[in-house]
Amino acid sequence: MIPLPNLDVIAFLVLATFAVLCGLSVILQKHAVASALSLVGVMGALAVLYLMLGAEFLAAVQMIVYAGAIMVLFVFVIMLLNAGSEQKSNRPRYFAYFAGIPALLVFLGLIANFILRELPNSASVQFGAFTQGGPAPVGRLLFTKYLLPFEVTSLLVLIAIIGAMVLAKKEID
Amino acid sequence: MLPNAVPVSWYLVLSAILFSLGVAGFLIRRNIITVFMCIELMLNAVNLSFVAFSYELKKIDGQLFTFFVMVVAAAEAAVGLAIILTIFRHRMSLEIDDVSSLKN
Repeated sequence: MIPLPNLDVIAFLVLATFAVLCGLSVILQKHAVASALSLVGVMGALAVLYLMLGAEFLAAVQMIVYAGAIMVLFVFVIMLLNAGSEQKSNRPRYFAYFAGIPALLVFLGLIANFILRELPNSASVQFGAFTQGGPAPVGRLLFTKYLLPFEVTSLLVLIAIIGAMVLAKKEID
Repeated sequence: MLPNAVPVSWYLVLSAILFSLGVAGFLIRRNIITVFMCIELMLNAVNLSFVAFSYELKKIDGQLFTFFVMVVAAAEAAVGLAIILTIFRHRMSLEIDDVSSLKN
């Protein structure tokens, strides 16, 4: 009798495949809305992976903030600017195709080799083995050890709001 | 044959693959909005490696970093999309090759 494979392994492989396919779709789709939808797929898969790594709060925030708020902003701007399919440019990108992509593949091979060589005995991921990622422990750490970065972040968000308003405001003729 | 458990290093390799996809999209795409989405893809890939290391070290500091990255990404999206709106209003184009005033 064949032993049933571990459900953690199956879930990881399915989600990783889904994330990589959606990532490929982001960069290969001609239409910007299709790219945005594929990006939502990547973010959804990553949210479930966060859940498997014990980051419950982050999984929820990923879905609400990233897949919800930020992507809605993207889709809103795509619709507003009527950014349909990319028109063919007459400037070919030899540099990107013949230098950028090979360099990227070399980088990927090196970093994967490095990770697998330097971390041969990394902890195996089991759902439920690490349960410190709920809202309570995250919030406690956020308001004690990381209080100053948190406050600086609030300032950053305020500046971003003002900057976005100033930039997007129509010039009064 | 499937292994019995997934090591954290696989999550890191997945993160590297997604990051490379983001860089590739950044290099080959011409639409400004798609290039911006590729940047979000790279940020997400880095977030995954933060959370994976948080699991490996059994500490939630890495998850806090992911939280901050999300806030910065939200601020960046708001400002970046406002800049894209302004560029479109001035040049009536979303092609990245058309925006090259700094080149000359």
